[in-house]
Amino acid sequence: MKTIQDLIAEHAIFRDIEPSRHALIAGCGRNRPFVNGEMLMKEGDDANEFFVIRKGKVLLSIHVPGRGDLAVETLDAGEIVGLSWLFPPYKVQFDARAIGTVRTIAFDGACLRGKCDRDPVMGYALMKRFAQVMTSRLQATRLRMLDVYASAP
Amino acid sequence: MQARLNVRADPTLPEFFRVRKRRRELADTWTLELEPGRPFGFLPGQFNMLYVFGVGEVPISISGDPANPEVLVHTVRAVGKTSQAICALRPGAMVGVRGPYGISWPMNEAAGGDVVVAAGGIGLAPLRSAIYHLMAQRERYGRVFLFCGGRSPELLLYSAEVRRWRSRFDIEVEVTVDSAASQWRGNLGVVTKLIARAGFEPSATTALVCGPEIMMRFAVTELVSRGVAPERVYVSMERNMKCAIGLCGHCQYGPQFICKDGPVFSYAKIERQFKVREL
Amino acid sequence: MSKMPALHVFEAGRLGDLFAALHSDGWKLVGPRVRDAAIVYDEIGSPSDLPAGWTDEQAPGSYRLRQRGDGALFGYAVGPHSWKRYLFPPAVRLWTASRASGKVSVNIEPGDAPATAFVGVRACELAAIAIQDKVLLGGAYADSDYRARRDRILLIAVNCGQAGGTCFCASMNTGPKAQGGFDISLTEILDGGHRFVAEAGSERGAALLQRLGAAAAAPGDEAAAEKAVAKAAAQMGRSLQTDGLPALMQRNAEHPRWDQVAQRCLACSNCTMVCPTCFCSSAEDAPDLPLVKAERWRRWDSCFTADFSYIHGGSVRPTIRSRYRQWITHKLSTWHDQFGTSGCVGCGRCITWCPSGIDITEEARQIRASEAKT
Repeated sequence: MKTIQDLIAEHAIFRDIEPSRHALIAGCGRNRPFVNGEMLMKEGDDANEFFVIRKGKVLLSIHVPGRGDLAVETLDAGEIVGLSWLFPPYKVQFDARAIGTVRTIAFDGACLRGKCDRDPVMGYALMKRFAQVMTSRLQATRLRMLDVYASAP
Repeated sequence: MQARLNVRADPTLPEFFRVRKRRRELADTWTLELEPGRPFGFLPGQFNMLYVFGVGEVPISISGDPANPEVLVHTVRAVGKTSQAICALRPGAMVGVRGPYGISWPMNEAAGGDVVVAAGGIGLAPLRSAIYHLMAQRERYGRVFLFCGGRSPELLLYSAEVRRWRSRFDIEVEVTVDSAASQWRGNLGVVTKLIARAGFEPSATTALVCGPEIMMRFAVTELVSRGVAPERVYVSMERNMKCAIGLCGHCQYGPQFICKDGPVFSYAKIERQFKVREL
Repeated sequence: MSKMPALHVFEAGRLGDLFAALHSDGWKLVGPRVRDAAIVYDEIGSPSDLPAGWTDEQAPGSYRLRQRGDGALFGYAVGPHSWKRYLFPPAVRLWTASRASGKVSVNIEPGDAPATAFVGVRACELAAIAIQDKVLLGGAYADSDYRARRDRILLIAVNCGQAGGTCFCASMNTGPKAQGGFDISLTEILDGGHRFVAEAGSERGAALLQRLGAAAAAPGDEAAAEKAVAKAAAQMGRSLQTDGLPALMQRNAEHPRWDQVAQRCLACSNCTMVCPTCFCSSAEDAPDLPLVKAERWRRWDSCFTADFSYIHGGSVRPTIRSRYRQWITHKLSTWHDQFGTSGCVGCGRCITWCPSGIDITEEARQIRASEAKT
């Protein structure tokens, strides 16, 4: 049975962080499962948590009055759910819902922010990795915006 | 070695085949099954020039099963005058055919390793023959992955067939769409993500990629960054074509003629051209 | 090493006998004549149809005819026509299809080109014909119309005695002397008696010279011929530096020079029409109104047109910048990858007939020069 610390050592998002600090980070995390349809976070909530998906699929969506919930993206095992915990105003931007059973490690964002403030070396390493996730999501989103599969005008 | 077939006497003359069946795939996409009246041998990735009497001629890749040459299958998207005319043909109508032309997917070179097939939108049509081949000669290949990207779940090409492939135990099929309703339980995101996460062995993988050029660009970048050798990543390119036999000059892509040096190219061969805009 | 053919000589007045022999053998003669203030290639009957006493003054974007003040029959360079007009005509019907009771039948056009003798083919043009031979006959599929026409021609070459204003065949190694690929080559000499020094390049050519009763050339004739060609070679006003040129062009796809030339180029496609090696064509389908008959035509096309590179959605090369780059890169660089030679023979036509006076040698020079600086 893997501990949270084991999982941190394996996960790409924590790769640049020295093993000596893994315990520190593990202290902010706990196992958190979700059942089918359960919300991981809701748009507008305070963004104090983020999740590393261990198993399963999560759907990001946003509610548009008159159009209902619009699906934005699906995230799978190994991916991070929740980026708004990093920056003020620390507000959740999208609904995140479990599709089927989802197992995650939930991290206390406020706790980890505090530890990063006190340990800038670790903070910088973590920030680099999160920036990479954000960039790759942004690129993917931009690609989708181009609607490349559409018929030519 | 990728082979070419059927070098004919007068290459500007079409043969006329009857339309046997016509199936609507999507709002603007139809599949025609033609009766060549003889085995029309071809290799996966090759194309024919299809001629509608008095209208025009366009290159369309062959989408059928190479092991079943008695039927000639073409999936056509109605985007212009001639392709619209092709899509309007009913069973019994005659279609002019010249071909098959072009360099095929590297089915022999890919043997012995994993195969990643990445299809974007209508790009699945030129890849379907390769998929049939992979499944017919399954024992020659390692793990086989099929990633399909499309606009939305309703606009996935050959969706029933993709679902059937998905239910096989020996091919790993993942589908993703750019947009969907919130009831969609599948993947929502770009096809490059499927490539990033899949469990193929990069050092022993051949990738076959086809779709809008921009989708191919990003898919290729992802494959190469995962460690697949550029010589083993193959794309199918498209340019304006008139003669399909290397004489009219239209399909030039840098030094290559898409009609006879392609349409399938290893990425290593065209890497420089790929990066030049408006080439 | 091919055997050295003997040089012959005959008086200029006997050229008519050569024409007569060709006519009686059933050849139609096509050669230079003055028309519409230019020297073009058209049917000729006798040497009196030739542009006697005319020369051309060529410069970027400029072409004028001028009287020479002597009786030279070939005292000019090349005009807006090239021999591809006859070997690869601007419009050719390839086949006719007809539809009846659900069946379609297709009929190939019978080759109708008469046996034609090309008179006055310059060295650069011989090189251009050899290049088009490779393009249109050397691949997996040959152009059958070109093949049919190519097999029915006879070539009377002429060695240039003066360089045209835009010529650069010397630096392209394609002239001014015709090295081979002709049936007869002629060098016109005016000093010491108007005569032609003739060289047979084939059995057919040798037989014709024999029928003409042409005498063996004297050493003085040979020397005069060599002097004439040397004079032409020395007169070249421009050159193209070809070493490393193919790689240079492909390395510089984003060079700022392309933006500069794009401001001058009108994409009028004159250069591609006058160029003796340009071969791009388009297939056109022409139905009759009741849609019972349809024809397929092959027509000259040009990579400069806006929809040359059209695929669903738009043209891959929508800008003049990318189209000019395509044309010159193909001509000077990727032609090597495709056919093993340069696509350019140094005839200078594209320079003369460009309304903006764009000079292919200058464009290549600018790219090379600015690379050397960095």
